[in-house]
Amino acid sequence: MTESRFKARIVVNGQTIEREVPVRQHLVDFLREDLGLTGSHLGCEHGVCGACQVMVDGKVVRGCLTLAVQADGKRVDTIEGLSDNGELAALQQAFLAHNAFQCGFCSSGMLLTALDIVRHHPDADRDEIRDLISGNYCRCTGYHAIVDAIESVLRATGSVLADADAQGAAR
Amino acid sequence: MKAPDFEYIKVTSLEEAFEQLAHHGESGQILAGGQSLMAMLNLRLTTPGCLIDIGGVPGLREIRRDGETVRVGALVTHRQLEESAEIATSVPLLAQAAPHVAHLAIRNAGTIGGSLALADPAAEYPAVVVALGATIVVQGTKGVRRIPAADFFEGFYRTARQPQEILVGVEFPVQRSGERAHFSELARRRGDYAMVGLAAVLDFDRNTVSRARLAFLAVGDRPVLAVNAMAALQGRAPDAEAVRAAQDALARDLDPSADLQADPATKMHLARVLLGRAVAQLRQAK
Repeated sequence: MTESRFKARIVVNGQTIEREVPVRQHLVDFLREDLGLTGSHLGCEHGVCGACQVMVDGKVVRGCLTLAVQADGKRVDTIEGLSDNGELAALQQAFLAHNAFQCGFCSSGMLLTALDIVRHHPDADRDEIRDLISGNYCRCTGYHAIVDAIESVLRATGSVLADADAQGAAR
Repeated sequence: MKAPDFEYIKVTSLEEAFEQLAHHGESGQILAGGQSLMAMLNLRLTTPGCLIDIGGVPGLREIRRDGETVRVGALVTHRQLEESAEIATSVPLLAQAAPHVAHLAIRNAGTIGGSLALADPAAEYPAVVVALGATIVVQGTKGVRRIPAADFFEGFYRTARQPQEILVGVEFPVQRSGERAHFSELARRRGDYAMVGLAAVLDFDRNTVSRARLAFLAVGDRPVLAVNAMAALQGRAPDAEAVRAAQDALARDLDPSADLQADPATKMHLARVLLGRAVAQLRQAK
């Protein structure tokens, strides 16, 4: 039996990709296996762990709960693109400073949730940050360091963010 | 695991979706946000012959107030509900429930129509629509049917929607003056399946509860209206004695089975706790 395929046109990290994709393939497998973008990780593959998160049309989603064909006609941004364009620079610096990476498996997904928090919940307190990252498993840090890092960015004065932006822009 | 193979059709209108449903019969499955369906596919708990993707159908993503009704399209996401000023003002129970639906990234993709059509008894919206007396709108080639929420849920993952129909939206009554709403649930971790949840609506006439609607989730095969507890609150001031009477009445309203989250005794205890908290909140609200 031949696998069903569908021609999809997806803008990945700013680059338009046109491919026949197997319809049953989810977005993370497409990104990792077909495009070599291995920064998004595959953990549980049923929406529980959050390691596979990517942005679709600017909104963070579970890559394993999105079919690649559902991204047809949409913009997908991965940890690679968002690192290169500097949007994550302040958070990445903060994660580094607070030792919030450790093994790094959850980091790409966690950073995307953190970016959503920075953009849409800038007033979140520590309890609210914990609620908002509840969908991202981390098996190393006990979350404390991650909450510290996100909180430090939310509370940062303009200069810290500007420094990070400048670093991002310099890359 | 990986999903099994299936056909995939991206439709651009409801008419096209109805044609595909008719063509594929039992093996056709509507794909909306896919946040439950994709997990079930990856776990191979379901093996549809064809996914009919309605994500591109226009007109199903709007939240619109129309007189004393708020119409919510089937493809409106949990995140949209969470952030909508209209919902916050007109249907506050729904606004309070939305942030409890799974996790942030799932709320960005999952839809109200998908959640209601799936009819998971531990989900938030089924209890919300029952508590508010909302109307579920389904459509097929024979036209539109408006089904009262109380008649929509027929059991575990079973609804009054016919296989050839598509859930296209929900109609919520705008909050009346004197009506107060409170949604709460207890989960082991924020966003996990609730052990118990409660969608509560009390109408106040000065300090008296003139009408009470209490819909519990995760305590049965569908959202459960606690009619005896409602009667215990109605027509009196919601003081400590009334709350205790209502809590005691829950023993006649609820008969939860054990699930992965909690055993029946724990669920019964937590239902009492949630009821007490809800009334305490609503007593103080204005």
